[in-house]
Amino acid sequence: MSKIKSLDELKNLQQSVQGATELRVKFEQGSGKYRKHILVCGGTGCMSSESNEIHAKIQEELNSRGLGEQIQVIKTGCFGFCEQGPIVKVFPDDIFYVKVTLNDVNELIESVDKSETIERLLYHTPETNEPVTRHDQIPFYKSQQRIALRNCGIINPEDINDYISLGGYQALGKALTEISREDVIKLIKDSGLRGRGGAGVSTGFKWEMAYRSDGDKKYVICNADEGDPGAFMDRSILEGDPNSVLEAMAICGYAIGSNEGVIYIRAEYPLAVERLKIAIKQAEEKGLLGEGIFGTDFSFKVSLSLGAGAFVCGEETALMNSVQGLRGEPRMKPPFPAQAGLWNKPSNVNNVETWANIPQIIINGADWFKSIGTEKSAGTKVFALAGQINNVGLVEVPMGIPLRDIIYEVGGGVRGGKAFKAVQTGGPSGGCIPASQLDLKIDYDSLQSVGSMMGSGGMIVMDENDCMVNIAKYYLEFTVEESCGKCTPCRVGNRRLLEILEKITKGNGTEQDLQELKDLSEVIQDASLCALGQTAPNPVLSTLKYFYDEYLAHVRDKKCPSGKCVDLLKYIVDPEKCIGCSICAKNCPVSCISGELKGKYTIDSEKCVKCGVCFGKCPKKAIVRQ
Amino acid sequence: MINVTINNINVAVEPGSTILDAAKQVGIHIPTLCHLDLHDISMVNKVGTCRVCMVEVAGRRALAPSCSTAVTEGMVIHTNTQRAVRARRTVVELLLSNHPSDCLICAKNRTCDLQTLAADLGVREIRYQGVHSKHPKDTSSYSLVRDPNKCILCRRCETMCNDVQTVGVYSAVNRGFETVISTAFDNPLLDTSCTFCGQCASVCPTGALTFVNDIPNVWGVLNDPDKFVIVQTAPAVRVALGEEFGLPVGTRVTGKMVSALRRLGFDKVMDTDFAADLTIMEEASELIHRLQNGGPLPILTSCCPAWVKFIEHQFPELLEIPSTCKSPHEMFGAVAKTYLAEKLGIDPKKIVVVSVMPCLAKKYEANRSELSEKEYQNVDYVISTRELAAMVREAGLTFNELPDEDFDSPFGESTGASVIFGTTGGVIEAAVRTANAWLTKSDSGKVDFEELRGMKGVRVATVEVAGTKLNIAIANGLGNARKLLEDVRDKKAEYHAIEIMACPGGCVGGGGQPTHHNDYSIIKRRANALFEEDREKPIRMSHLNPDIQRLYDEFLDAPYSEKAHHLLHTTYSKREL
Repeated sequence: MSKIKSLDELKNLQQSVQGATELRVKFEQGSGKYRKHILVCGGTGCMSSESNEIHAKIQEELNSRGLGEQIQVIKTGCFGFCEQGPIVKVFPDDIFYVKVTLNDVNELIESVDKSETIERLLYHTPETNEPVTRHDQIPFYKSQQRIALRNCGIINPEDINDYISLGGYQALGKALTEISREDVIKLIKDSGLRGRGGAGVSTGFKWEMAYRSDGDKKYVICNADEGDPGAFMDRSILEGDPNSVLEAMAICGYAIGSNEGVIYIRAEYPLAVERLKIAIKQAEEKGLLGEGIFGTDFSFKVSLSLGAGAFVCGEETALMNSVQGLRGEPRMKPPFPAQAGLWNKPSNVNNVETWANIPQIIINGADWFKSIGTEKSAGTKVFALAGQINNVGLVEVPMGIPLRDIIYEVGGGVRGGKAFKAVQTGGPSGGCIPASQLDLKIDYDSLQSVGSMMGSGGMIVMDENDCMVNIAKYYLEFTVEESCGKCTPCRVGNRRLLEILEKITKGNGTEQDLQELKDLSEVIQDASLCALGQTAPNPVLSTLKYFYDEYLAHVRDKKCPSGKCVDLLKYIVDPEKCIGCSICAKNCPVSCISGELKGKYTIDSEKCVKCGVCFGKCPKKAIVRQ
Repeated sequence: MINVTINNINVAVEPGSTILDAAKQVGIHIPTLCHLDLHDISMVNKVGTCRVCMVEVAGRRALAPSCSTAVTEGMVIHTNTQRAVRARRTVVELLLSNHPSDCLICAKNRTCDLQTLAADLGVREIRYQGVHSKHPKDTSSYSLVRDPNKCILCRRCETMCNDVQTVGVYSAVNRGFETVISTAFDNPLLDTSCTFCGQCASVCPTGALTFVNDIPNVWGVLNDPDKFVIVQTAPAVRVALGEEFGLPVGTRVTGKMVSALRRLGFDKVMDTDFAADLTIMEEASELIHRLQNGGPLPILTSCCPAWVKFIEHQFPELLEIPSTCKSPHEMFGAVAKTYLAEKLGIDPKKIVVVSVMPCLAKKYEANRSELSEKEYQNVDYVISTRELAAMVREAGLTFNELPDEDFDSPFGESTGASVIFGTTGGVIEAAVRTANAWLTKSDSGKVDFEELRGMKGVRVATVEVAGTKLNIAIANGLGNARKLLEDVRDKKAEYHAIEIMACPGGCVGGGGQPTHHNDYSIIKRRANALFEEDREKPIRMSHLNPDIQRLYDEFLDAPYSEKAHHLLHTTYSKREL
């Protein structure tokens, strides 16, 4: 494969390969070989629902029917609507199929061949049960605006030509041949792009610091150590569009004066690792990475460093320690990575989603990016919706979108029609935002103002049945488990916080404990070494602030209002309703229900393990949960 | 200079200063726990783990650790606001909430930094109750005891062992609340490359790293009528013991120490200094022998057992170059149980030799199998300077009021050369004094080799001995020793003789000495006291010690003789890393 030596050569290549994706973006065959494209989601979520097998079977069937030369089946990255997976799209018809199974393959191929639509595989709106053909008409996608995810679900991530056909690597070419290093940094600064991984620091500012640091060697680092439970935006980008990250890292390398990039990625993302390896190899073959890129004297190589999956290694200084083979512990800042980072050399660390925005900013300009989102939070943000929400999945929305729109329009509302109680944003160290804040316009600063944070963009929805004390405990269990153990407040303090919460959920808490929770949380925030410790008490403080009554019920009345805290539960038989059928007694796993047939049954609370089986089995709803 | 304001006081400080440095300059004491800065030996523990020294810096969202935050121009700092004090107290309470409350019976009782801090902050209750860490205690070694349950994860031991000594035994393992400082694969210390230098214990702020307590064994033999107990004291002990009894640093308490030992019930109170002179007889002979017989060179001193273990683990390819001389107290044991036993008419099996040492590695060394005869070890028990102080207190002796007494004969006489064995450079200076006298065949030549003195980690000097220029190198601290040895191994430097002591400053800074509480000047003052004693000694060269001369005449034949070899020399063996 010949190497690309100039931007013009790249544009020529784009011309020659654009037929590959014209069906998908222009809905016309153009110069492409195939008359139809079948796109099968190859993201981790859909793959766990057999999308790999579906892809293989489609290919096999196409070949056996002699359609292999007319219809192409392509494995793409994540479409985001994971709730409805496996997802299959058909072009140029632009049909969006959901929950496709292996049994649907034959019918699917026939319909594609005849340009027909299979109605039962279409997405049906929950309210009206109307089928929707095109994905942009589905409410889940309507409010979305895709910059970071622009190519996910459109291109084949294992073929660099697909990326090039949509303008890939032109930002790098433009930067290298038309823009000075200083102007690249100015462009990124002016765009208002802020780090998508946690703290929301200005990306251009970080680049500038690294640019200004003297060093015989500098590093560009991609933080792909995504560790928030339920968050998978970085994984999806790397699985669906790995070249966008490589291109961005090279642009940064040019700007700050680095010729080496490192992607720190967790080993438990094998698909992303594999696709990155393919992308790096293909980019090197095309001369888009390596020596003398675009005929300039700029060289840049990228290597992978696999992490073992410690949450704290997402903290940039701990990440660098881990790359160096040291214990994954944060370092004191200052010095910042831009001054003394990896191997003590000036380094710039950005998160995957941040990188994915860069090429578009170079191509479309700072003003374009700034026009999206809010004044202080430009652009879009990818959120991973999870929890008690109908449309679990990955969404990219403009900054400033009201929380209500994310939950009810994009997210399709709370599962089972239950009442919305809170949404936890920002991963395990974010805060819980209550229903009273549903009109909050989401950006970095508004989230902080209500005691939460953007974090990497996790959004976990809780409904009326969730106990907020229990939720706070759940998140703290995570941070206690993931604390590196270096500083006292995080190592011991968070453990003690958790123990107080355990005490409360077991019914042994006092009102004094609530004060201790607050005091200790504040000290942990104030005195911990890194962001993990400093933010770990957020779930506690935010639930104390917004759901104090629930805490009071636990400590004062020894009751859990939502019935989630098992130790505070009590099951009794309502003698008015009991008909003495004995079903409860027969089903009780610990035989703690006694009585006589046609008499009244009673539960021995001492023996009861509160499993709730009797509650579910009683035909007369005579079991009462208190 | 950088201008900052601390508690409304303006102060200009050197660039690079921390908030802690700046506060000290205006007389404000900010409590610390993990912080340790021993400039002189490049030991800096600025990891910022404990979070005790938190202060408020205007414009910052969170508090800042003063020990590891560099000042910037115009910085406004408040060290004692309610917020800072609350954080500090809470952190101490948190540490205490996971710390055994057995201060009364802890080895570090009254010398524990955590205990002092809790008292200084007036902590009267621990608001947080919860699970405690539970890790097994490591009592495998003869020297050190590790009790991870008392560890506050200040990481000083890691810095000392890994960065300063470059031995690399300790590392934090596990994470979160389960984090513990441990050895590779949790191996007991005895099975690691630990040299037992004890520097980890000397910087440990709590009772997590302490030494093996041999006091009960010594009381046992003192009270056994069938045992004849001989005690010997190393040179560095006499210039540090007084600190335990409130005397000024550098006070020489040789006479009081001797009378205390006698009152404790030892049958003979003798001096390791005597054996140091004996060591010089052998080592100077060995040096001359190697110089005249084509090597191998350089010769490395072998008095320090931690250093010996270090080379056995780290540089097994160099094992032919250390002097084969046993260390002085081992030589003492060897002649005490032969020559002296014969003289006193006592069965050597009944003789117990107890060494009072500034060193914890000596406890391990006494148990080395090479250092024994068929039926007994050369040395039976080793107690540290601190253990001796504890015995004195236990026996109710008012140390400062004890009369000055002299060592018993014949192993009580010593020279100035042997006294300086206790400090870095002293062993090689003593050897050069004798070698020079022998080679020039004159005892009136040079005695003070100033060029070999000092506290720098690595020192190199050329000394002229009878017309021959000897290149001499000296290292104190094992990290410095490593540098020298690498140069020797890679043939980057040619030396005739190298002295190495494992502890920074030499034996005066040994792991068994009174706690220096992170004040390195204490070690220098102890060393100065040794040189003072050297100057005052009537005899300052080892070979002129009359008791030594008699020992050779009556028993050992001649230096480096076959008999001397059998009793006074040893072998080394490769050890796994």
